[in-house]
Amino acid sequence: MLLYRALLTLYPSSFRAEYGGEMRAVFEQRLRAAGGIAGRTLVWLTGLGDVLLNAAAAHWDLARQDLRFTARALARTPGFTATAILVIALGVGANTAAFSVADFVLLRPLPFPDSDRLVKLWEAVPGYTQIEVSPANYRDWKAASTVFEGMGAYNPTELNLVGEGDPDRLEAAAVTADILRILRVDPALGRVFTPADDQHGAPGTVVLSHGLWQSRFGGDAGVLGRRVLLDGQPCVVIGVMPRGFNFPNRDVALWTPLAFRPDAFEERDDNYLKLVARIRPDRTLEEARSEMAVITTRLEREYPRENELTTATINRMRDELPQQSRLLLLALCGAALCILLIACANLANLLLARTLARQKELALRTALGAGRERLVRQLLTESLLLAAAGGGLGILVAAAAVPVLGRLVPETLPIGQAPPLDLRVLLFAGLITGLTAVGFGVLPALRAGRDGGLEGLREGARSGGGRKQRLRAVLVIAEIMASVVLLVSAGLLLRALWRIQAVDPGFRAEGVLTLRTALPLPKYDSTARRVEFYRRVLAEVTAIPGVESAAYISFLPMAMGGGIWPVGIDGQEVDRRGNTTASLRYITPDFFRTMGIPFRSGRGVAESDRFESPTVAVVSESFARRYWPDADPLGRTFDFALQERTVVGVVGDIRVRGLEQANEPQVYLPATQVEDGSIIFYTPKDLVVRSSAEPAALVPAIRDIVRRVDPEQPISNVQTMEEIVAEKTASRSVLVRLLGTLAALALLLAGLGIHGLLSYTVSNRARELGVRMALGASRRDILGMVLGEGMRLAATGVVLGAVLSYVAARAMTALLASVGPSDGATLVAVGMLCLAMAAAGCFFPALRAARTDPITAIKAE
Amino acid sequence: MPDSGPIDTLLPLAPAAFHILVALADDDRHGYAIIQEVAARTGGDVTLSAGTLYRSIQRLLEQGLILETRERPVPKLDDQRRRYYRITPRGRAAARAEARRLQQLVQIARAHGIVPARA
Repeated sequence: MLLYRALLTLYPSSFRAEYGGEMRAVFEQRLRAAGGIAGRTLVWLTGLGDVLLNAAAAHWDLARQDLRFTARALARTPGFTATAILVIALGVGANTAAFSVADFVLLRPLPFPDSDRLVKLWEAVPGYTQIEVSPANYRDWKAASTVFEGMGAYNPTELNLVGEGDPDRLEAAAVTADILRILRVDPALGRVFTPADDQHGAPGTVVLSHGLWQSRFGGDAGVLGRRVLLDGQPCVVIGVMPRGFNFPNRDVALWTPLAFRPDAFEERDDNYLKLVARIRPDRTLEEARSEMAVITTRLEREYPRENELTTATINRMRDELPQQSRLLLLALCGAALCILLIACANLANLLLARTLARQKELALRTALGAGRERLVRQLLTESLLLAAAGGGLGILVAAAAVPVLGRLVPETLPIGQAPPLDLRVLLFAGLITGLTAVGFGVLPALRAGRDGGLEGLREGARSGGGRKQRLRAVLVIAEIMASVVLLVSAGLLLRALWRIQAVDPGFRAEGVLTLRTALPLPKYDSTARRVEFYRRVLAEVTAIPGVESAAYISFLPMAMGGGIWPVGIDGQEVDRRGNTTASLRYITPDFFRTMGIPFRSGRGVAESDRFESPTVAVVSESFARRYWPDADPLGRTFDFALQERTVVGVVGDIRVRGLEQANEPQVYLPATQVEDGSIIFYTPKDLVVRSSAEPAALVPAIRDIVRRVDPEQPISNVQTMEEIVAEKTASRSVLVRLLGTLAALALLLAGLGIHGLLSYTVSNRARELGVRMALGASRRDILGMVLGEGMRLAATGVVLGAVLSYVAARAMTALLASVGPSDGATLVAVGMLCLAMAAAGCFFPALRAARTDPITAIKAE
Repeated sequence: MPDSGPIDTLLPLAPAAFHILVALADDDRHGYAIIQEVAARTGGDVTLSAGTLYRSIQRLLEQGLILETRERPVPKLDDQRRRYYRITPRGRAAARAEARRLQQLVQIARAHGIVPARA
């Protein structure tokens, strides 16, 4: 019978108290009536099922009653209800949004089957850990390795697509046939490449992305077999990849086979391939690393010149993401968590105040027979109901916020731009909502349960003894503390952003329009033909009214940071350890004037630098300093880009890679001085135009000009230089704005918290205040007393928050661009702001206290 | 608090509730007696479990369809743990309304040939 009694504890205690005895009696009689062992066992089994089923049902009965009652109670206090729901919605919304992005970028497996076994391989030399791989090394790595199920190479590129409408410049990837097989993604339509397609000389084929298929071919299934021109080469469409296939990144619109020319394997240090491999199920990443170490050591022995100090870097595909992206997301999650804590503290405070105000009601219900359990249940139901409503609204808040956060999704991963709002995210939202409900609901409920006794009924009982007030004070301090942490973090990040934006890029971005006309290769293989194109376009562009100057360059600064070449001085061997590389760019005359890059000495690239004239170079100041620290660099020579170059000019350094990264010294070569078909990667393609007119207004005129020069030549990447520079700090700006918004919200909530606490204290202490005034305290004394009380809490919160924010700032040092984690100006500003907010929160309660009429206050008792 | 809305809002009654009301129609009974009465009337087809019984009783009490009576049998026959329940006029009305509802259902079924007409 003890067992049955224990089982009965599954029922709500009120039900058990009412019927437990009888149920035991019935059960006993059943057992007695059953007789034999078999019968008794049957009674036990049915009894067990009965208890489980009906206990759950009884709980549900109670919950339904509580819900009805709660809904009515909440409807009676719409102000409280709306505030509470809104606060929860903000907390849940902020966290759900932050989680959905962080999960998408950091946690969720990549959208390929068994994606944790996918790795990327790079060559590494001291100073650079991720260099593209040369075809020869790729071939040898692939042949020698055994840990991989497959290894494939790809090469991101851009292609001009002609056929079906205007010519278009599209991002593409040339892939070996293995790649799509290694990724294990089937086409939505048609087929992917087979080894027959990536042979040199195979007929041209192309696989389309879902997006391109929709936008350009109207989603027509008859697209298979259709012919298009890619960079002038005829290709047949053989397949369409499914929606959501983003490889190697979300901007790629089509794939072509990567076919190696027979001579591609001759230059072992012509590095341009990116590698993807899939580790065999029975092997690990560590085994792959050690095997590749063995292979690269052997290859270094065999090719001591090209493969000197060359090793392999192997990263899980998932982990190929910039450290900064990771930190930005973690900072966002931290901030969201702060908001949730503040929201919980605020709600707990609101509910405590409400519980205290309802003490008489609760005591009355206790006296009428509602057990403590029922009261706790009631209060928990209330917080759960509020949390559910707030959580639902929070999901809407998250849905609205997620598109803004798309900026924080790095472009290096093979995933889309917008994190999905799917079941996983909704489950998280539910969990956060539940935690919130427990966080703010349980404390007041347990408190009410503990002393829901008769003392609450005593007339004039001053509810809220010292302990409760202390708890509420602690909650307010916690809120202020969290606000300080958020404000300081936002402040530091803002200062870092300003500092980075204040960095001189070395050129004047204002008034410069840029666009790309990437010349397709077989057609423009000849340098003379390209130069003729540039000459005609530039001549007509500079004739447009308002245009001051225009030029072509290989890659725009910041839009493309790489493009480096080893420097050889005085005929010495290239030293791969010495970090002797420079950024290589081919330009047309007038580039420096157009970009506003200052001359230090000598001249720029001129019309007179023809293919057959002496090969010249213009170098940046840091290049000159690096190689000829004590001599005049003009007239010096060095080996660069397959030829000896003579320095004819020195210009100011520019930020090639970006505002935050270290930059290689720069070397500029005339676009005319390159062999036909050589160093094609660096062929000038970006047009820069400086004008006094509105840059956007120039675009139609330039389109017309390009169309006249070559009707099949598309224009792409139309941007102002200012946009390109702003893009470099875009994810930072987004984070600063988000954190700033959250911090402002936190401050507001904390202010409300102080206000709520003091208002409540003042109304409860009306009699005490009245007595004080009757005894001679002036209104000014009372005002000072209440203000002082609030400000003491605020000051405590600010001091504790300052300590915590130092810890938080240390954690994100990498994001702070050398702004110190204990930046004095930020701390002082935040402290003042918090105290001002607290003062505002205290002011009205204090004023009300000072206006207390002593006679009324004392009489009321 | 006993419910005082129209009887119709209580319909349909849960089968267990209907059986309990019928079992109490002619006499006050305690819990176990209700179970036995229901089992006897249905030829053993319906055996209410303790949980179902007391949850139904709780609901019926709340709805004012039954009440707990203080009249107890002579001490010799009494078990202190037992409570005795009595049907209220409202409970009788509810049981009648439910019976009528069931009867109408049967008539409909019969009109469609699902139930054979009474011999």
